[in-house]
Amino acid sequence: MAFIEATDLIKTYHPKGAPVVRALDGLSLEVPRGTVLGLLGPNGAGKTTTAKVLTTLITPDSGSAAIGGIDVLREPDRIRRMIGASGQYAAVDENLTGFENLDMIGRLYHLGAKRSRARATELIDLFDLTEAGNRPVKGFSGGMRRRIDLAGALVIDPPVLFLDEPTTGLDPRSRLGLWDVITGLVNEGTTVLLTTQYLEEADRLADDIVVIDEGRVIARGTADELKSQVGGQRIVISLVSADDRERATRILSRVGTTATDVSADGRTLSTTVADGPAALQQVLADIRAEGIALHDAGMQRPTLDDVFLTITGRTTSHDDAKEAAA
Amino acid sequence: MTTTTSATGTARSPDLRPAPANTIGTWFNDGWITTRRNLIKIKRVPDILVFTTLQPIMFVLLFSQVYAGSIDIPGSSYTEFIMAGIFAQTVVFGSTYSGSAMAQDLKEGIIDRFRTLPMSPSAVLIGRTNGDLFINALSFVVMIATGLVVGWRVRSSLLEAIAGVALLLLFAYAFSWVMAFLGMSVRSPEVINNVSFLVLFPLTFISNAFVPSENLPTPLRIFAEWNPVSALVLAARQLFGNVPDGYDAGDSWPLQNPVLTVLIGVVVLLVVFVPLAIRKFRTISSR
Repeated sequence: MAFIEATDLIKTYHPKGAPVVRALDGLSLEVPRGTVLGLLGPNGAGKTTTAKVLTTLITPDSGSAAIGGIDVLREPDRIRRMIGASGQYAAVDENLTGFENLDMIGRLYHLGAKRSRARATELIDLFDLTEAGNRPVKGFSGGMRRRIDLAGALVIDPPVLFLDEPTTGLDPRSRLGLWDVITGLVNEGTTVLLTTQYLEEADRLADDIVVIDEGRVIARGTADELKSQVGGQRIVISLVSADDRERATRILSRVGTTATDVSADGRTLSTTVADGPAALQQVLADIRAEGIALHDAGMQRPTLDDVFLTITGRTTSHDDAKEAAA
Repeated sequence: MTTTTSATGTARSPDLRPAPANTIGTWFNDGWITTRRNLIKIKRVPDILVFTTLQPIMFVLLFSQVYAGSIDIPGSSYTEFIMAGIFAQTVVFGSTYSGSAMAQDLKEGIIDRFRTLPMSPSAVLIGRTNGDLFINALSFVVMIATGLVVGWRVRSSLLEAIAGVALLLLFAYAFSWVMAFLGMSVRSPEVINNVSFLVLFPLTFISNAFVPSENLPTPLRIFAEWNPVSALVLAARQLFGNVPDGYDAGDSWPLQNPVLTVLIGVVVLLVVFVPLAIRKFRTISSR
């Protein structure tokens, strides 16, 4: 039996004067003990709703969920004593210092004053938050807040951790720092449900990935499995002159496993390849032999967009388009 | 099954294991911890402190110095007359913090954080309404001191005066629960602030708080006589001994029995809105 189990979750919202929103439409997932599941999907796919059901924040219309064999819907209080939640929706109090936030959380877990204070001090050291320890959170950067927030989720050193888009909106340096922290936790055996919009993040942190869209699971597997489903890497070249595009397309089609994409201006060409480095070398050699001038050439790792495009035939931005049309 | 849950249902370090069940002890603990959070906020956000202390001083001075010369209250001085009105207005407005603060906490996701913790579901609301109670008590100290300086005097006994303060604070406390419920329902701190201003300002002015309601045009007079704020103000006025000689409070039942009316109002508000607010809290989440 998996440690975290969600079965057939359905959650609908009925906004006034708008069509019914099916935030979760029969979603099921499993997370084996000690593993990390990456819940991947675009905005509005149902990632946060799933995390909220599992962290006892919202009740689904139907379906069931259990953590460690404990029913999330029937015994929310027992669940709350064993989980830590961090991310977009579980914030810290801006007017309290980092220490006060962590101390308060400890006391609300009923650890008592002494143990709460000791744990807060420990987490401040562990997360390199000394600077934030004695000043109100208000004045700190996004990266620092996320670290305090994450520390807040770890006050009881919980066996289960929910991380909802832990690095969304962070600069690359803060993101790398936070990834290191999360990797450390994962190595200690914490079971993690991670929601993210970034394939790279799921690739880096998760053992298994579940791709969701419109409240349903549309693909699952390891990062490698998903990427091979997408077709590995892409080779992208930019031509100096669009006149060369036919010759360049022929060159790319020799290595490509899919049809070559040509941009509207006819100067950017791309195709999916099985073995990136070998294919790139061959393409560059052929381009040189034909005497075609290039601005740029390189390999692109598949993104969430590529996974999406392959599975659903549309890009992740469809939600925005729909909203704009409405 | 049993072994699974006992092995996994707790933190891995025995030192960090949360208490197994919620008891009266954890309820008091949770209420105190969330109250302390709000007290720290009052200390850290000076505008609340400035507003709660300066605004009552301003009102006492404005009304007693600007209007006192022009408004004649037979059998009393205007300063003595309006103090109960200013007390009532101040504490009613002081209760609106619970509305905007709950909406703000919801928006920022702090409510979500609290709701993932094994704390008592009433604790956040208890802490919030206690915060308002503290702000109102603080305003009271400032208002009483300012009032005494400009010539306000308690004409009843000390005990009755204490009862007057207690009644006003009690009413405001009950009203805080109403505002907390509204804050969670409306979800926008700005809307809560603007709407409570638009509703409460006329409510406190079309009453007997600042002028005797007998002089008002008939529709307004009838409104004032049934306005709960009038009952609150009159109850306070009676307990402080500031009712002018020969004052005609009004014929409505609330104004014939103001203290009883306020006490009934407090009980009704608490009985209705405490459970409503707690039930609401158990299901809300940012979105």
